[in-house]
Amino acid sequence: MQVFPFIVVAWIAGVGLYGIVTSRNLIHQIVCLIVVQSSTYVLLLGVGYVTGAVAPYYYDVPVHTPAVDPVVQALALTDVVVEAAVTALLLSVAIQAHKRFGTLDPHELAEFKG
Amino acid sequence: MDQLFALSVAVPLLVAAALVGVKPLLSGRRRTLDALAILTAASVAAMLLVIMIRTDGGDRVYWFAGFRPFHGIVIGIDFAAGPLSAGLAALAAVLVTAVMIFSWRYFRQVATYYHALMLTFLAGMTGFCLTGDIFDLFVWFELMGVSAYALTAYRPEERGPIQGALNFAITNSVGAYLSLSGIGLIYGRTGALNMAQIGAYISRHPPDRLVAVAFLLIIAGLLVKGAIVPFHFWLADAHAVAPTPLCVLFSGVMVELGLYGIARVYWSMFGSALGHRAAISHLFLALGVATAVAGALFCFRERHIKRLLAFSTISHAGMFLAGIALLTPLGLAGTAVYVAGHAMVKGALFLCAGIVLHRLGSVNETWLHGRGRHLRITGVLFTLAGLGLADLPPFGTFLGKGWIEDTGSAHGMPWLTPVFILCAILVGGAVLRVAGGVFYGLGDPPAEDRRMAQEAAEETSETDGGGQRTPLSMLIPPAVLAALAVAIGLTPLGPAVEAAAVRFQDQAAYDATVLHGAHVAHPVAPFPVEAAGVTVPDVVTGLVSAAGALLLACLALYWRRLPALRRGYEPGTGLTALAEGFQSGVINDYVTWMVLGLACIGGVLALIIG
Repeated sequence: MQVFPFIVVAWIAGVGLYGIVTSRNLIHQIVCLIVVQSSTYVLLLGVGYVTGAVAPYYYDVPVHTPAVDPVVQALALTDVVVEAAVTALLLSVAIQAHKRFGTLDPHELAEFKG
Repeated sequence: MDQLFALSVAVPLLVAAALVGVKPLLSGRRRTLDALAILTAASVAAMLLVIMIRTDGGDRVYWFAGFRPFHGIVIGIDFAAGPLSAGLAALAAVLVTAVMIFSWRYFRQVATYYHALMLTFLAGMTGFCLTGDIFDLFVWFELMGVSAYALTAYRPEERGPIQGALNFAITNSVGAYLSLSGIGLIYGRTGALNMAQIGAYISRHPPDRLVAVAFLLIIAGLLVKGAIVPFHFWLADAHAVAPTPLCVLFSGVMVELGLYGIARVYWSMFGSALGHRAAISHLFLALGVATAVAGALFCFRERHIKRLLAFSTISHAGMFLAGIALLTPLGLAGTAVYVAGHAMVKGALFLCAGIVLHRLGSVNETWLHGRGRHLRITGVLFTLAGLGLADLPPFGTFLGKGWIEDTGSAHGMPWLTPVFILCAILVGGAVLRVAGGVFYGLGDPPAEDRRMAQEAAEETSETDGGGQRTPLSMLIPPAVLAALAVAIGLTPLGPAVEAAAVRFQDQAAYDATVLHGAHVAHPVAPFPVEAAGVTVPDVVTGLVSAAGALLLACLALYWRRLPALRRGYEPGTGLTALAEGFQSGVINDYVTWMVLGLACIGGVLALIIG
C-alpha cells in the first residue's frame, strides 16, 4: 500500500471543504461538495489497489494471479449512484432558489431563512 | 419469521415505487394513496414489533440470499436485530403511521411523491437500524437523508423550505462523505465490511492512529445527524420549514438514529479496541452536556413554536448522548426509554403545533397569544405533552432520565442530575409558556421579534386554515402518542430493557451471534448491572423538573408585571445578536463549525489514544 494516493485523498477533500466554506455561489458550492465526495472514490480505489495486479475478472489467467480488490470497486460504484441522487436533488433545489430569490449567494439566501 | 427482516424494508420500498409507477392512474384519488401509505406504514410497524418481541431471548441475524459466514469470514450482507435496534425501527414505523393519519386532513393538496418519499424515508430508517454491515449503514443513511431533504423542500414555491433544505442537505452530505472515508479506511485495515468481523479484527490488535481516525470520521456523519454541538446548526433551520408532520419524524427518530448509529458503531466495532476508557466516556459526556445546555438556552428564547420545539430536540439529543456516553447498561437502557418517551411526547407537541397552524395559520407565539382559547382539546394535549417533556411522572421521559441520573450518580457524576433538571426546566418551561399564552391567554404576550414574526408568517401556505372544527383524524394521533408516553412510564419495562442494553453492549456475544450463529444466553456487561426500577429519587427529580418548568413558565408569562421591569426591558435582547451570529443560516459557516468541531474532537482523541 502506497502513501501517495492517501495524500491525494486528503488534498482533494481539503480543497473541496475549503471551496464549500468560502463559496459565494450555490452551484459552485454543490460542485465543491462533489469534489469532497470524489476524494472518497480515490480513497476506496487506493485501498483496494495492488501493485502489479490484474483486473478482478478471473478468466484465462493462471490461478493465484494477484488481482485488485473488486469489493472497493463495487463500493465506489454505489457511491457514484448515491452522489448522483444527492447532486440531482441539490441542483434542482438550487434552481428553485434562483427562481425564488434571484440570487445564488448563500449569504444572501440566509436572509430568507425560514 | 426470518423473512420479516427482508420484508420490513422491501414492503415500503416496493409500495413507494409502485405509487410513483401508477401515478397517472391515481391522480385525483388521494384517499386511495393515503390509505395505502397508512396501511403500509402500519404493517411495517407490526412486522418490526414482532421482530422486537421475538428477539427478546437473543439477537437474530438474517443473511440476505442465505450467504452465511464461512468459518468466521463474512461473505454476504446481514440484518442483525436486537430488541433495541428493532424497537427503534418500530418506533419510527409507529410515528410514520401516526403522521400519515394526521396528514389525511392536514394537507390541502398532496402530491404522489409525498407518500412515496415518506415510505422510502421509513425504509431508510428501518434499514439503518437493522443493518449489520458498515457500508450498508452509509447507504441507508443516505437513503434516509435524500428522502428527508426532498421532503423538507416539499413546498418549493416558498423561500424558507428551499433555504432549509439546502442547509440540511449540504451539511448532512458532508458528514456522510466523512463517514464513508472512515469506512474506506477501516476496510483497508481489516478487509471487512461486516461490523462484527471488523470489531473482532481490531479488538485483537492494539488501537493505532488509523483506527482512531476511522472512528472519528465514521462518527462525524452520525454526530451531524444527531445534532450534537457544534454540528447541530442545520437542525433548527430544517425543522422550522419542513412540513409539520415531517418534524415529528425528524425530532422523534431521525436525530436519535444518528445517536443510535454512534452507539452501534462503538459497541460492535470500536468498543473493546478502544478499551472503554474513561477519557472517551468523558469526551462524549462533555459533548452531550454542552449540547443539552446550549439547546435548552436557545429553546427558551425562541418565539417560533416549531423552532422552539426543534431546539428542545437538540437539548434532548445532548442528554441522550450523555446517557450513551456513560457506557453503563443502565445508562443505555435509560436512553432507550427516554428516546421512546421523548418521541411520543415530542410527536404529540409537533402535531398540536400542526393543528394550531391548520386552524389559526401561524406558529408565532406572540401573535397567537390568547387566540387559541377555543382549541380546548388541543390545548389540553399540548399542555400535557409539555409536562411530559418536563419529565413529569408517569410520562416515560421521567423514567429514562431518572435511570441516566442514577447511573451517573453511581459512577461519580452526581452533577449530572442538576444539569439534566436545569435543561428539563428550561425546555419544559418554554413549552408550557407557549401553552399558557396561546391556549389560555395567561400573562402578557412576549415582545414581537421582527425576524421571528417574518419567519413564522412564511408558514401559512402549508395547510388550509379557517375550519370550524379540528378534524378527528388530526386530534387522535397526538392523543394516542401522549397516551403511549404514559404507557411507557407505567409499564414495568426495567429488567427487559436493561437485559437488552447488556446484550447490545456485549461485543463478544454480538460477534459470536453474527459470525458463528451462536446463541448467547447470558451476555456479559462491561460494567456492573445496576437495578432498573422506579426509585424515589427518579420520581422526585421528575416532579422537581415539572414543578420548576411550571414555575418558570408562569414567571416568563407574568414577569413583565413586576415593577422593576415595567420600563420596557425585554429579557434576552442582548442575546439575540449573539444567537443570530451562531445560527446565521449561511451554509459556509455551518460547514466551518463542523470542520472546527471535528478537528477539536480529533485532537482530544489523539491525546487519549496517542
